[in-house]
Amino acid sequence: MPEADPRRGGGAHAVSLPRTFFVAAGRNVWGDRLFQACLYAMVALFVAIVAGIVGALVVESLPAARHFGLSFVVGQDWDPVKESFGALPFIYGTIVSSLLGMAVAVPLGIGAAIYLAEIAPFPVRSPVGFLIELLAAVPSVVYGLWGIFVLAPFLRQWVQPALGSTLGWLPLFKGPPYGVGMLAAGLILSVMTVPFIATVGREVLLAVPNSQREAALALGSTRWETTWIAVLPYGRSGLIGAVLLGLGRALGETMAVTMVIGNRPEISVSLFAPGYTMASVLANEFTEATSDLYLSALVQIGLLLLVVTVLVNAFARLLVWTVGGAVKGIRE
Amino acid sequence: MSVATRRFVLNRVMGFLCGTAAALVILPLILVFAFLLYQGGSSINLEFFTHTPTPVGESGGGMANAIVGTLILIGLACGLGLPVGILGGLYVADSQDSHLPSVVRFLADVLNGVPSIVIGIFAYTLVVLPMKRFSALAGGVALGVIMIPIVLRTTEEIIRLVPASLREAGLALGLPKWKVTVRIVLASARAGITTGVMVAIARIAGETAPLLFTAFGNRFWHHGLDQPIAALALQIFAYAISPFDDWHRQAWAGALVLISIVFLVSLAARLATRDLQRQMR
Amino acid sequence: MADGLQVTELNAWFGERQVLMNVTLRVPSNAVTALIGPSGCGKSTFVRCINRMHEVVPGARSSGQVLLNGDDLYGPGVDPVMVRRRIGMVFQKPNPFPTMSVFDNVAAGLRLAGVRDKNLLYDVVERALRQAALWDEVKDDLYKSGSSLSGGQQQRLCIARAVAVQPEVLLMDEPCSALDPIATARIEELILDLKKDLTIVIVTHNMQQAARVSEWTGFFLLGELIEIGVTRDLFTHPREQKTEDYITGRFG
Repeated sequence: MPEADPRRGGGAHAVSLPRTFFVAAGRNVWGDRLFQACLYAMVALFVAIVAGIVGALVVESLPAARHFGLSFVVGQDWDPVKESFGALPFIYGTIVSSLLGMAVAVPLGIGAAIYLAEIAPFPVRSPVGFLIELLAAVPSVVYGLWGIFVLAPFLRQWVQPALGSTLGWLPLFKGPPYGVGMLAAGLILSVMTVPFIATVGREVLLAVPNSQREAALALGSTRWETTWIAVLPYGRSGLIGAVLLGLGRALGETMAVTMVIGNRPEISVSLFAPGYTMASVLANEFTEATSDLYLSALVQIGLLLLVVTVLVNAFARLLVWTVGGAVKGIRE
Repeated sequence: MSVATRRFVLNRVMGFLCGTAAALVILPLILVFAFLLYQGGSSINLEFFTHTPTPVGESGGGMANAIVGTLILIGLACGLGLPVGILGGLYVADSQDSHLPSVVRFLADVLNGVPSIVIGIFAYTLVVLPMKRFSALAGGVALGVIMIPIVLRTTEEIIRLVPASLREAGLALGLPKWKVTVRIVLASARAGITTGVMVAIARIAGETAPLLFTAFGNRFWHHGLDQPIAALALQIFAYAISPFDDWHRQAWAGALVLISIVFLVSLAARLATRDLQRQMR
Repeated sequence: MADGLQVTELNAWFGERQVLMNVTLRVPSNAVTALIGPSGCGKSTFVRCINRMHEVVPGARSSGQVLLNGDDLYGPGVDPVMVRRRIGMVFQKPNPFPTMSVFDNVAAGLRLAGVRDKNLLYDVVERALRQAALWDEVKDDLYKSGSSLSGGQQQRLCIARAVAVQPEVLLMDEPCSALDPIATARIEELILDLKKDLTIVIVTHNMQQAARVSEWTGFFLLGELIEIGVTRDLFTHPREQKTEDYITGRFG
């Protein structure tokens, strides 16, 4: 029984609602159906886009795949004029620059994650965490700009000569100091991936239940010992996931690397030598691809890049999602 | 050294090392920003914001067309990214279907990790090849695809936070389900979704790689969305690798403008998130 | 009066909120003292002040004196880490380290203290597991993960881990509340054994449990210690009206 409308100043008589109120309710089933249809349409579009990315890459790369077969992956010769395309220099460059970047970024990133999650005084945590997130927001081209005009000259003038004179007998440090090259690329990749490892690592460590820390503390452990025996083992798989996420980023990083790696499709052991990555050759040569085979070869490199980064990322997500689950859960 | 002292010293040393790691992580941020201010600060003037690039070798000129171009590309990207992202996120958060929501969530995470240049290739095959020219449209499609996973995941998280009691109140009032979702749930999630969109925009504003062979860049004002268009990040790249000092100067200035926009938007998003969290408690 | 725990005028705060008011009591050694009271009355906070775990929470602080066998636990220059070495703690939910085996869990405290001798470790671990009445059940599976045990076994594992370092006091914060009656009974049995070697303080919301295992019982309400005395006397002729009201179930 509808009550008196209080806006009308109260009267005890019942107000009857117009019939259209109840009839409209029935019509709204179509509203629901239409809305659901919109949702599903967008989902379908999304799935189509994802499938489209894979499909487009596969289709466009088929001519090159058919032409070169497996020799594409192991061939070292990248000659657009002769139409001979071997992608090994790029695969090598991508792997080496990424590994170099990770070698620096992993200890720094995990150390920073531990600092943020376990050690830093509480007022410091939020601002420092925010600064690290800002690092992740800096566009790649800006890092590249800094790399060309600050990092590379610095390497050329100070670091490479120093390394060359002290450790120059190692094949790693042979060659003229260009500044740009594999070393610069590796360093700039480490600068760019460290914030990801630190941020995700911090989340992983914060997710470790406090009861674990308390158990260690109650035994009389120092703060570092608590981190070492209770927090880090618990978050181990999540931390590995964070590192892999960083690796995924490093593999696909394009602009900053292109601007400092020297862009020479050669395989060299020396870190001083210029190199080339899969993403960089795409950036540099895609618009210059004169023939269909050239374009197809480039797209095939794109496909390789896609497959590798997707695999690394999927594996990383799996690990990050199961922090505490990879370790068998405590049965009640 | 006794065991107790060793443990004490180790505690201090490790604390120091981790703090040093954090400081080293932040150091590049300070270095980059300092250099941008130093190198680019002096080149920021009215001409920078109002003029287009001058011919090769002449000094002066600005990046007005690039700034406008970036704004246009962001607008186009939102045209694709917002509907798919928001409605997709709504679907994943609300749907009772058994498998599709988690598949969509997984695909969104995967898409998030795809290198942006690969997405550029996709936009190239989808838009540039059929149209037989580079265009703003192609650039917008590429950036839109990059936006989708970010918007989708943040929308999903925000919608999940909306308390069920709010929905029930709407249903109890006699509103149909779709109105409850649109009028009540989306409305209360509006702040959070806007924040997610801002984060996504900050990300695509700085993207260069996917635009290299879609939007392609333009030294002049574009003449239509089916034409190549300039973008701030593209222009910075082109100037940076050029041999002209004057262009290098402008690249620094452009980078300063770009990073300032990105930082401001990120900061705003961060503050909004903190307010939201306080509200939700 | 030099042995056992002597707590004098202990106050504790979480930020601005005071949760313990002027608590003074003595815990006799080699005996079991139970602390009862309704939820939120401060008994857990009290116990966490004894082994200086309370101050780990950001914004938490305390004042007052805690003497362990004459030593001032809050004295100037006293390292909380060393305090926690002398006082063990078992928590409400069993929290063994999931990445460590049974053996490593029990040995964790010893290894922290620098013990490396494998034979010594093994002997101490066996003794601790026997004290926790767990040895027979795990002696063939010492190297299996700590989380592969049942709830009751995990809690006994945590007890073994705590007693392995031979603390002077063992604090138990509602150790059986997450366990079934049979597991509870086994733990109550081993408490009666443990008190020969150490002083035990057990927080419990189960009055029958307090009556079963303890010699002394203290009743807390809203942050104050209302009454403390011989268990049998407290339950049969409590001195305070509030104690009687709680025991007879009029609240809490």
